[in-house]
Amino acid sequence: MVYFTLFITVMKNIKFLIIGMLFGIILVKSQVISWFRINEMFRLQGFHMYGVIGSAVIVGIISIQVLKRFQLKTIHGEEIVIPDKIFQWGNVYGGLIFGLGWAITGACPGPLYAQIGSGFLVTIVTLLSALAGTWTYGLIKNKLPH
Amino acid sequence: MELLKQPWPWYVAGPLIGLIIPALLLLGNKTFGVSSTLRQVCAACIPANISFFEYDWKKDSWNLFFAAGIIIGGFIATYLLSNLGPVNINPHTTALLQQEGIKDFSGLLPQDVFSISQLFTLRGFVFIVVGGFLVGFGTRYAGGCTSGHAIMGLSSLQWPSLVATCCFMIGGIIMTWFILPYLLQL
Repeated sequence: MVYFTLFITVMKNIKFLIIGMLFGIILVKSQVISWFRINEMFRLQGFHMYGVIGSAVIVGIISIQVLKRFQLKTIHGEEIVIPDKIFQWGNVYGGLIFGLGWAITGACPGPLYAQIGSGFLVTIVTLLSALAGTWTYGLIKNKLPH
Repeated sequence: MELLKQPWPWYVAGPLIGLIIPALLLLGNKTFGVSSTLRQVCAACIPANISFFEYDWKKDSWNLFFAAGIIIGGFIATYLLSNLGPVNINPHTTALLQQEGIKDFSGLLPQDVFSISQLFTLRGFVFIVVGGFLVGFGTRYAGGCTSGHAIMGLSSLQWPSLVATCCFMIGGIIMTWFILPYLLQL
């Protein structure tokens, strides 16, 4: 019975595994997972990363407008809903902290996973440490300004 | 096939990443974002009675599959679709990094900083462990990372995501320009 439920979960989610795979391939092939690329970006000495993020956003904006204009539904026939992000000061404080970390590790969470797949096994330690960071945030969340 | 093996330019990679947004929405109302997978793993493995981790993580298990996919994709791209070589960054960046103490430019990451043997040096510890901690802590505090805020949030025209993205950049620039040169000397 447990195996059956597991099987159903896997089958339901296999499409997200495939999208993740494509994302991982793109991240590696476009060198977004490179520490050097991130360093170049923060020094404002290269256009590559800005081009990747900027064109992703433009295509994202157009796609979402198309989905809304034609009132497209999900493959399960549900209405598409994008939850609103509500501003909190955590966006600022957390954003700055993440920025500091991003420039050190040269990787945000997506590239962390891709680096591990690419054989940079030391990144497993970076990921474990990121998990510890997220866990610590959960632990002290109520004491932080938001 | 030769074309696939070359590094992809930004105008191929960026639009493809952008298309992940409608793909995830159409496949089940999922919003693009990677850092939430870290919370998921915490909730699944070490909830420790912390209210932030006490939710039905199984309902959102799709993103764990997404994360596993990224690892597999990274493997495929590196071992089947790559001509490995140095990253073609701006020579000025290379020169500055050389001055600051980086010696190895042969791969995607400087191996003289990021390797298992470096983990037990002060410099390696800071770059791998402290850096990773800041990424995990900061993204959750900010409510998202580059994918959730900078790409998904901006694409759906949400101004809190613009604030967050600007802060990512400010934090990164402060680190790269003013602190990293000292960290590399450790």
